[in-house]
Amino acid sequence: METDTSAAAGEARPPYLKVENVTKKFGDFTAIKDICLEVFESEFVCFLGPSGCGKTTLLRAIAGLDIQTHGRIEQAGRDISNLPPTERDFGIVFQSYALFPNLTVFKNVAYGLENRKTAKADIAARVDELLQLVGMPDQGPKYPAQLSGGQQQRVALARALATSPGLLLLDEPLSALDAKVRVRLRHEIKELQRKLGVTTIMVTHDQEEALTMADRIVVMNEGVIDQVGTPLEIYRRPASPFVADFIGAMNFLSAVAGGDGTVRIDGVGLSAIECVCVQDEGTAVTLCLRPEDIVTRGVESGAPNAFEATVADLEFLGSFYRASLTAKGVENTRFQADFSVNLVRDLGIEAGKTLTVAFPADRIRVFADS
Amino acid sequence: MTDGPQAVVIEAPLVKPKVGRENWVMRAGLAVIGVYLLVAVVFPLYTILSKSFQDSRGLFVGLDNYAEYFATPALFYSINNSLTVSVISMVITVGLAFGYAYGLTRSCIPGKGVFKAIALIPILAPSLLPAISLRYLFGAQGMIKGLLMGETIYGPIGIVIGEVFWTFPHALLIIFTALSLSDARLYEAAEALGASKLRTFFTVTLPGAKYGLISACFVVFTLVITDFGVPKVIGGGYNVLAVDIYKQVVGQRNFQMGAVVGLVLLAPALLAFVADRMIQGKQVALLSARAVPYEPKPDRRFDLAMLAFCGTVAFVIIGILAVAQFAALVKFWPYNLSLVLDSYQFDLMDGGSWGAFWNSLKMAAWTAVIGTAVIFTGAYLVEKSKGFEHGRGLIQLMCMIPLAVPGIVLGLAYIFFFNAVGNPLGFIYHTLIILVLCTITHFYTVSHLTAATALKQMDAEFEAVSSSLKVPFYKTFVRVTVPVCIPAILDISIYLFVNAMTTVSAVIFLYSADTQLASVAVLNMDDAGDTAPAAAMGMMIVYTSATVRLLHFLLTRGIARRTQAWRKR
Amino acid sequence: MRTNLLKRLTAALAMGVFALGIGGGVAVAKTDLLVYTSIEADELAKFKNAFEKDYPDINIKWVRDSTGIMGAKLLAEKDNPRADIVYGMAATVLLQLIPYNYFQAYAPKGVEKLNPLYVDPKNNPPLWVGQRAYVAAVCYNTIEGKKANLPIPKTWKDLTKPVYKGHVIMPNPGSSGTAYLDVSSWIQMWGEEGAFKFMDALHKNISRYTHSGSKPCKLAAAGEIPIGVSFAYRVVKSKAAGAPLVLITPEEGLGWEVEAMAIVRNTKNLAAARALADWTISRKSMELHAPGYAEVALPGIPNPVKDFPDVGGKMIKNDFAWAGANKARIVKKWTARYDAKSEPRKKK
Ligand SMILES: Nc1ncnc2c1ncn2[C@@H]1O[C@H](COP(=O)(O)OP(=O)(O)O)[C@@H](O)[C@H]1O
Ligand SMILES: [Mg+2]
Repeated sequence: METDTSAAAGEARPPYLKVENVTKKFGDFTAIKDICLEVFESEFVCFLGPSGCGKTTLLRAIAGLDIQTHGRIEQAGRDISNLPPTERDFGIVFQSYALFPNLTVFKNVAYGLENRKTAKADIAARVDELLQLVGMPDQGPKYPAQLSGGQQQRVALARALATSPGLLLLDEPLSALDAKVRVRLRHEIKELQRKLGVTTIMVTHDQEEALTMADRIVVMNEGVIDQVGTPLEIYRRPASPFVADFIGAMNFLSAVAGGDGTVRIDGVGLSAIECVCVQDEGTAVTLCLRPEDIVTRGVESGAPNAFEATVADLEFLGSFYRASLTAKGVENTRFQADFSVNLVRDLGIEAGKTLTVAFPADRIRVFADS
Repeated sequence: MTDGPQAVVIEAPLVKPKVGRENWVMRAGLAVIGVYLLVAVVFPLYTILSKSFQDSRGLFVGLDNYAEYFATPALFYSINNSLTVSVISMVITVGLAFGYAYGLTRSCIPGKGVFKAIALIPILAPSLLPAISLRYLFGAQGMIKGLLMGETIYGPIGIVIGEVFWTFPHALLIIFTALSLSDARLYEAAEALGASKLRTFFTVTLPGAKYGLISACFVVFTLVITDFGVPKVIGGGYNVLAVDIYKQVVGQRNFQMGAVVGLVLLAPALLAFVADRMIQGKQVALLSARAVPYEPKPDRRFDLAMLAFCGTVAFVIIGILAVAQFAALVKFWPYNLSLVLDSYQFDLMDGGSWGAFWNSLKMAAWTAVIGTAVIFTGAYLVEKSKGFEHGRGLIQLMCMIPLAVPGIVLGLAYIFFFNAVGNPLGFIYHTLIILVLCTITHFYTVSHLTAATALKQMDAEFEAVSSSLKVPFYKTFVRVTVPVCIPAILDISIYLFVNAMTTVSAVIFLYSADTQLASVAVLNMDDAGDTAPAAAMGMMIVYTSATVRLLHFLLTRGIARRTQAWRKR
Repeated sequence: MRTNLLKRLTAALAMGVFALGIGGGVAVAKTDLLVYTSIEADELAKFKNAFEKDYPDINIKWVRDSTGIMGAKLLAEKDNPRADIVYGMAATVLLQLIPYNYFQAYAPKGVEKLNPLYVDPKNNPPLWVGQRAYVAAVCYNTIEGKKANLPIPKTWKDLTKPVYKGHVIMPNPGSSGTAYLDVSSWIQMWGEEGAFKFMDALHKNISRYTHSGSKPCKLAAAGEIPIGVSFAYRVVKSKAAGAPLVLITPEEGLGWEVEAMAIVRNTKNLAAARALADWTISRKSMELHAPGYAEVALPGIPNPVKDFPDVGGKMIKNDFAWAGANKARIVKKWTARYDAKSEPRKKK
């Protein structure tokens, strides 16, 4: 399994945050297991995974809110493994915003500053600056209940940033918002993070969010890390069927390894460049291919990895069509392919029509069945 | 294993969290609450309940007392009787309260605020008051005794009526809350599907209020089975467990047997409590969905029917109190019905005085202030602290015990514990402090549950946020938690105040020369045959509590106004 | 900041405590004498005023409740008694406390002049000294009695006649000392078998048993029942309040009980407690004790209450020691016979 924990090959600078073999148990239940991770200064990292996979648990361990059972955490060269949250250096934003309802926006943002015995004028200046930063100048006197969800989350963000923490932790900050607001805030947060350069970890179960915002994504599943990589890597080269399935649309086809970098699906022989592990001949494997990677325009029969398939169904999805296809002669091998609107018009694709399609060898992923 | 196929698992060393300053404060707080509960609840109860295993000289006799007790046929009558009246009262109370709450939440009847206020009045009255009223209404000379068709009021009928009157507000509050929480969207769906009103009732309303109803059942059941006031004054020869304790302890000064009955009584009450907790545990998920409050639409026939129902119940409540007020003014019932104010000259009366009234007021005020502070802080620490699962569980259990302890047992327990030779707290004996402490304990459970409910509704992450901002939790407690929970805090304090004004069973053993109480005076004046002054003092308590309630209402409304900017409605 | 807040809180609390006087009474130069009593509340002021006039530097502080409550409180406090003196308390309660070394012996001035029945016979100087006696009695509501056509009963046995069925109330000896007084007097008069035979018959007529000993006559006074079995003082009081009651002292004989006082072993106000004891058996005080009571400890003091029947001759030879020793057994027997089945019966 590819668990590339460094940002990019040959990264020289030391990581800002280092998580070593962290395990967290709740009684007999192990929520996260043996997690190792490095996060670099100014990086935006997303923990992505289905609900219940342990993302929040890991985040809270990093924050010291629920200290891990085993393992070590280092931040800025300091071992913080067993420190209470007050002795760590982070700001945090929750899905629920957790704004203090009885305090004004101004007071909320100033909450951490006031405790530091900062001069009143300085506090006011800093709060104004932060509200400006999150695009909410002049909203200081309002109470959280008078704001929209998106505005509340901006205030929560400003509050978390007020004390200039070294690490910003976001736990599903956008999940409670409407789709439109969510998309807008995505960009704003990313923008802000870039501007301030604050190292940020965000937890999300929304792959789109992770793909658009993160510098690197940590895909988690059932308490372990399945893959760490840039959005493109994760999308293009999923390290496991789980990652492949979780992110984007994916065809999963049962196949048998040919032993020489080829696989066979019900008699159709295919070659795959990135056969993750060399499979012994005859091993049952799963072949993965994204619908949008299947080509048909200009594919001649006899071309590499090409075969005939019949369109069983065609679904219009706005900017493209998703076709359900069955390989000719092997009716039980069904897969989906995305065709552009142009292509469908040009080739006159419709249900019942037979096409020649190709599975590009460089886009096929093969995983051994376990 | 080592050379097997599995990898050798070497357990990494456990991380030992560093205990920061805040943690120490929190631990200290928990320890203080734990010690408080040990002193106020566990130790005293231990001193008396352990007597059930001793003979009268304090020698350990194992289960002999139990053997003797269970060999007495009277016991089974009492258990049977206790369960009978408790179940009957429970069914009637919950039924009436449900109808009443249904009218208040699902119909468009006018004067809902007034109806709700009237329904809560019985909590303000000492239990003797309805008993006096019942005698005037249904006794041998009763105004409307014909309604009983020859049955006597002194027995199960009287007990049930008295208990229903007294427990009605408790049930109403719970069911009202449950019905208020129902989701309007479900009703819209039912309507859209063409369900009849009746069908909607059975498929939407009842299931939605299910947990509230069950909870109300348990509360009423526990209140009735542990109450001795009503059965003592109106129960005649109908023996129930709580009165058995009275007979053993007060009639025969047999503390050992009293303790045995006390423990027997704990069983059904604890059982009811555990069942209730288990069911409540399931409710949390149910309510977390975002519901839209239901707005009833006018429906003439239905509204009129509900108005008639609520009006009848309210009339009965007011009627019972009016009779008590009448009793306070009658010169000599039933032979001289002229109305006089003599009864209010408490200083000339047996057993009562205006001094007792002022003492009660003082005691109730202190109980409300100190009790609210202790209970709310305790609930906060239990709900919001981290770690110490076992310790917190124990504290929570200790908070729950008082509900199942009859007052008479608690009062004696306080004598045994606080008057013990060498108890460093002995100095509080015979002072107002012990009355306050005992009363807080007596009403701890419901107050704690109210506080815990309010705290559970707060965002769970306030503490996390504040620690990330390096603000210690106790500052956030003062700046955020308390202001946000002000409605619940006021509710707790009024609950404590009102109950402190009316409580008798526990404090009757603890008052002293300088700390006589109005509620005890009511009992003693009635005992001395001075029914009218007893009723008069009882009504004084009602008016006082009603006034305080009104102040509470105005205060709550004032606060609601001032804070409506940030309080979501 | 925090300590500051705490300090301020503590100060505020302390001030509040002071303001509301939660910490107890304010110190007075006088000696406070803590007196536990079950004397009917309306007499307390009378005794207090008279005593304090004679002893201006002593201040009586009453703690008064019914005999049952006070008895339970006294017993519960036995390891660390709080009262200075127990006063006007049923002698049977005092007898129950003596084995716990509850009291200290003292012979009040003039004790030799008292009727010897009223002085602790077992100890010299006595541990307890009686003040007065109250007698069992029956009260009859003339209005309700006439309505139901009930003749006025003259004897205990009269009460078992079928005509009284459902018209009699008596207290439950399981919860009332007065009731036990009746039961034990019947046993002492007629033997246990005879007494229980009588009670079997009486039980048929009883409407219900009450928990308090004074309740039957209160109920009779309020017209709830025509006939109540209670004690005499109650009847006198209710009559004075306007109740149409007749006081009946059955001819066979009357159970009675001594109201007595005893100084508590660990009192810190011994002189004051002794002063109260001395004063109590003075002639002046005995006269205050007399109204409505059968007899006071000092011979030769008449009952000033008009038409109070002469009960002296009817008081049985009461063996308190026997009554105390057999109480648990008798109450248990009584309970098994009558209380276990005391489901309410319909009034006919
Ligand atoms: N305090 C807790 N006690 C017991 N189990 C917990 C606790 N917190 C989380 N878990 C469990 O740990 C697992 C991971 O939870 P979490 O980290 O919240 O998941 P995610 O944030 O990825 O949705 C879940 O199965 C959850 O039920
Ligand atoms: Mg989560």
